[in-house]
Amino acid sequence: MRVQMKNAVAGLAVSSVLLGSGIALAGTMAPDAVRIEDMELSQPLTDTAGDPARGREVFAARKLGNCLACHANKDLSNELFHGDVGPSLDGVAGRWSPAQLRAIVVNSKTVLGEATVMPGFYSLDVGADVAEEFAGKTILSAQDVEDVVAYLTTLKQD
Amino acid sequence: MRKAIVFGAAALAIVGAGAASFAEPVNDELVIDGETKIITRAKAPEGSPFEEVTSGWLYRTKETRALEADSFENPGMLYVERGEEIWNMAAGAAGKSCAECHGDASESMKGVGAHYPKWNAEAGKPFNLELQINACREANMKAEPYKFDAPDQKALVTYIKNQSLGTPVAIDLDAGEMRAWWEKGKEAYYTRMGQLNLSCASCHEQNNGKYIRADHLSQGNTNGFPTYRLKQANMVSLHNRFRGCIRDTRAAQPKAFSDVLMALEVYVAWRGTGLSVETPAVRQ
Ligand code: HEC
Ligand code: HEC
Repeated sequence: MRVQMKNAVAGLAVSSVLLGSGIALAGTMAPDAVRIEDMELSQPLTDTAGDPARGREVFAARKLGNCLACHANKDLSNELFHGDVGPSLDGVAGRWSPAQLRAIVVNSKTVLGEATVMPGFYSLDVGADVAEEFAGKTILSAQDVEDVVAYLTTLKQD
Repeated sequence: MRKAIVFGAAALAIVGAGAASFAEPVNDELVIDGETKIITRAKAPEGSPFEEVTSGWLYRTKETRALEADSFENPGMLYVERGEEIWNMAAGAAGKSCAECHGDASESMKGVGAHYPKWNAEAGKPFNLELQINACREANMKAEPYKFDAPDQKALVTYIKNQSLGTPVAIDLDAGEMRAWWEKGKEAYYTRMGQLNLSCASCHEQNNGKYIRADHLSQGNTNGFPTYRLKQANMVSLHNRFRGCIRDTRAAQPKAFSDVLMALEVYVAWRGTGLSVETPAVRQ
């Protein structure tokens, strides 16, 4: 089931099904069980190591991470329209450790501060009046986050 | 500076300083048909978070700006023409047209749209033009109120607003309970909402001048509404725009003309005080 899910359309649809039906996958940390301490989350959210190639896709896809909405990234210069609401992520692996990068993607506020506009991608600490289709769900699945974090650790070049 | 290995707060400070110089609104003048001068920068009203309020026009591309400057090229002018037809057309059981009570709109409606939303004592709430038109239709024309975003509603509002082209936005907060509605609108404006956890201020106050993907973020002012949107190839009403921005945060969309959207309209119109009415503005 795990493998099948992982390879399915991915992201929103998948995480919705899982979270929505309340099935906790063995080896997957539920969003409300995550503990970020001192701006770090060293424990991976799943026991499948992150795949940087898939993380690159999640990063760019508008329906998944859509990280390019706010961040420029030279490695994806073939994609049009990089936003500049956040800093460029070139060289980000040199600025933050993998445990810090995971904490930022899971719940940006715990590292970047309460006022940040960056969404928390695996957090239920969300805004008011969430639309029904997204209520109780995270933006990315646990595996999506692991994949994105694996990808971020490859961004070494300024 | 980016090269340094920095963590936490220090990194944020550098980031904040780096991004701001890029992609500010342009320095350009908007004069429609070489005649009507449009105020696109104004001193902000007292209490505003900004020193200067800026029109969304300044954030658009050269080509889009040019479309708005020429009323023959502006696709929104078709809706002005349609609105004029409706103005003069009898409707409803009373068999009356708007013109029958209000005469020539170029005189009776001149400047009127710049002062909406406006306190309506009878209804005990602020009215925008859509609600005022519906009240006229029901009480004076014995006609059905328009459904939200009916093409005729958009055309008529566009026509009436266009009679104020160039007039600075100024709403009367001293009337009735307008201040309480303003407060409620302000609260909504700063409330972070939806799964993406963003407020109106996250985009239009903290990040105006920056790009969110392909979109150049403006201050989100209301002076150009209804607005012709090239992306939709259609007129877009203000409440439609509000609902779209709210949907993008993945929050539930309030109904058009609901109390929360009326309160937002009062507050956001106030934020744009002093900018000229641009209707029909042209935007992406
Ligand atoms: C709505 C805007 C927005 C989106 C979408 C967004 N971010 Fe961010 N991000 C920011 C901002 C803004 C900052 C800088 C901190 C601040 O000013 O709050 C930031 C900072 C970061 C940092 C630290 C960068 C550094 O150099 O210090 C990382 C890493 C990061 N984001 C990764 C991501 C990833 C990965 C995604 C997508 C899964 C993403 N962001 C999506 C706005 C966003
Ligand atoms: C995720 C970012 C985001 C959020 C949150 C957001 N907006 Fe927007 N808004 C945009 C973008 C992008 C545009 C189109 C470009 C522009 O004019 O800024 C826009 C346009 C507008 C416009 C049209 C401006 C013009 O000149 O045509 C108004 C008015 C507006 N927004 C109001 C609001 C209000 C009120 C809220 C909160 C209820 C809000 N927005 C929340 C992104 C956002």
